[in-house]
Amino acid sequence: MNWISNYVRPKINSLFSRREVPENLWTKCPECGTMLFHRELSDNLNVCSNCDHHMAISPRDRFTALFDGGIFTEVKVPEPVVDPLQFRDQKKYPDRLKGAQKATGEKEAMLVAEGEIARTPVVCAGQDFAFMAGSMGMYVGNAIVAAAQRAVELKRPLILFSAAGGARMQEGILSLMQMPRTTVAVQMLKEANLPYIVVLTHPTTGGVTASYAMLGDVHIAEPNALICFAGPRVIEQTIREKLPEGFQRAEYLLDHGMLDRVTHRKEMKDELVTILRMLTNQPPAVKGDLPAPVEEAPAS
Amino acid sequence: MNYLEFEKPLAEIEGKAEELRALARANSEMDVEKEAAALDRKAETMLRDLYKDLSAWRKTQVARHPERPHCKDYIEQLFTEFTPLAGDRNFADDHAVMGGLARFDGRPVVVIGHEKGHDTKSRIDRNFGMARPEGYRKAIRLMDMADRFGLPVITLIDTPGAYPGKGAEERGQSEAIARSTQKCLEIGVPVIATVIGEGGSGGAVAFAAANRVAMLEHSVYSVISPEGCASILWKDAEKMREAAEALRLTAQDLQKLGVIDRIIKEPMGGAQRAPSEAIDAVGKAIETMLKELSGKKPEALIKDRRQKFLDMGTKGLAA
Ligand SMILES: [Zn+2]
Repeated sequence: MNWISNYVRPKINSLFSRREVPENLWTKCPECGTMLFHRELSDNLNVCSNCDHHMAISPRDRFTALFDGGIFTEVKVPEPVVDPLQFRDQKKYPDRLKGAQKATGEKEAMLVAEGEIARTPVVCAGQDFAFMAGSMGMYVGNAIVAAAQRAVELKRPLILFSAAGGARMQEGILSLMQMPRTTVAVQMLKEANLPYIVVLTHPTTGGVTASYAMLGDVHIAEPNALICFAGPRVIEQTIREKLPEGFQRAEYLLDHGMLDRVTHRKEMKDELVTILRMLTNQPPAVKGDLPAPVEEAPAS
Repeated sequence: MNYLEFEKPLAEIEGKAEELRALARANSEMDVEKEAAALDRKAETMLRDLYKDLSAWRKTQVARHPERPHCKDYIEQLFTEFTPLAGDRNFADDHAVMGGLARFDGRPVVVIGHEKGHDTKSRIDRNFGMARPEGYRKAIRLMDMADRFGLPVITLIDTPGAYPGKGAEERGQSEAIARSTQKCLEIGVPVIATVIGEGGSGGAVAFAAANRVAMLEHSVYSVISPEGCASILWKDAEKMREAAEALRLTAQDLQKLGVIDRIIKEPMGGAQRAPSEAIDAVGKAIETMLKELSGKKPEALIKDRRQKFLDMGTKGLAA
């Protein structure tokens, strides 16, 4: 591939890790320990080139890779009341929010955008695990409602990439109320006869799984993603036994009938387009990396 | 009578009064009534003081009180011709969820609720009110039926949460809860939910995406248990008092937040002290809520219900 592939072999890698690792240039694969050069890793959509482990990817990076020419327009999400419960644990909730905003450069845990994928107009919503574990509060609920409303307005399908540790505890009951709220958003799509595809990424758990993430027309998961209602640790404490290998992972859910497909991140774009164009009765797409759509291109 | 930890001083006084009276029964020459009555009055004052302003954690304990009336008790007292309907037509019948046809005030309805059980045997049979996917799928089936035949759906919420088990996960706990919530939101008949004890997270929401949601005065409704929240955010499960407070899980806070429509007053000292009275109060509230919705067209019921949830949370506690 290129010169850097020499460095990803574990042997050299172990040599490497003994030295100081320059910050941000190298990422250690949490699965196999390979040191991955940042540029190669991002070219590979944050998938380990050695073991295929799918690491977290920000919605912004995902959308850049997904939309034609990396161009998309953000859909405005109505701002909720900040800290509706005046919640405070060891830290004040607004301080936690500020910390997450600083760490991610994002306003909240979900990004909504519209654009074209292989010349197929769509609306996309992406949940950001890096932002307070992607947890679902009022903002995420607002984002999903806004995404559904925009999809209905434009008569486009909605693709939702889920990733969350569950509910935003700091918003208490209001985070729980996002379960029915986002379900209403899904109903808007169904009534407008628009496809709703959920891509479940690692991890998708708790109330998120038990609402909009399990109500898609098609459920696709990334390999090895943890997808569950109750987490494995909670279950082990309850039933007092070890859970089998791979329990609640994407492949396990596929076997148990909860998913339609498990798809590698690099093949996700083609697959989404193929499915969407069939569901919306359009001819097959031109695949590959297309440039950004040109507005009102003059006929040649 | 089972006393909660914070009721210990009360237990002492009530115990003393009882002892005195037992003594008098054994020895007819003793006259203790005056003393006993004084103790009764003292106990009464103490009970009122204790329950005047219960903390969120104390309310959580009251909501979980083993002698609190449960779903089964409500069904027996408030409904006639209750005809349980079992099974999800797919895998099993979940005993943590009761459901069936019944008459409320003479009118046929579908009633669905979590049942916790009242002794060791029934608690195990009911899985402590923690439903598995089959419970939610049974509810979905019954709600569909209610929709087809135009019967109001009355739900009674009392669960620590959905069951976190291996089989439950394998059979799609998340999907079952999501579909049950969705079913609540799409049927064209009145849906009336009452939290009678614990409204535990997604397992409660699945029956509570309703046109009207009421809560008993000392019931709780929360995204996570105070213990669970404490162990995650405080890294110490013993901080459940702080967590309960922070979560705003009481009926009073939830009404301020616009999440519930009505609070049903409990007998002094909680529903467990006078179950029949508490059940009657719930019955009256259900009657009122049904009346509020009577005459509404299916489309209006669906639209209003959705709008209610879309609008929820637009103002915080401060507003
Ligand atoms: Zn790897």
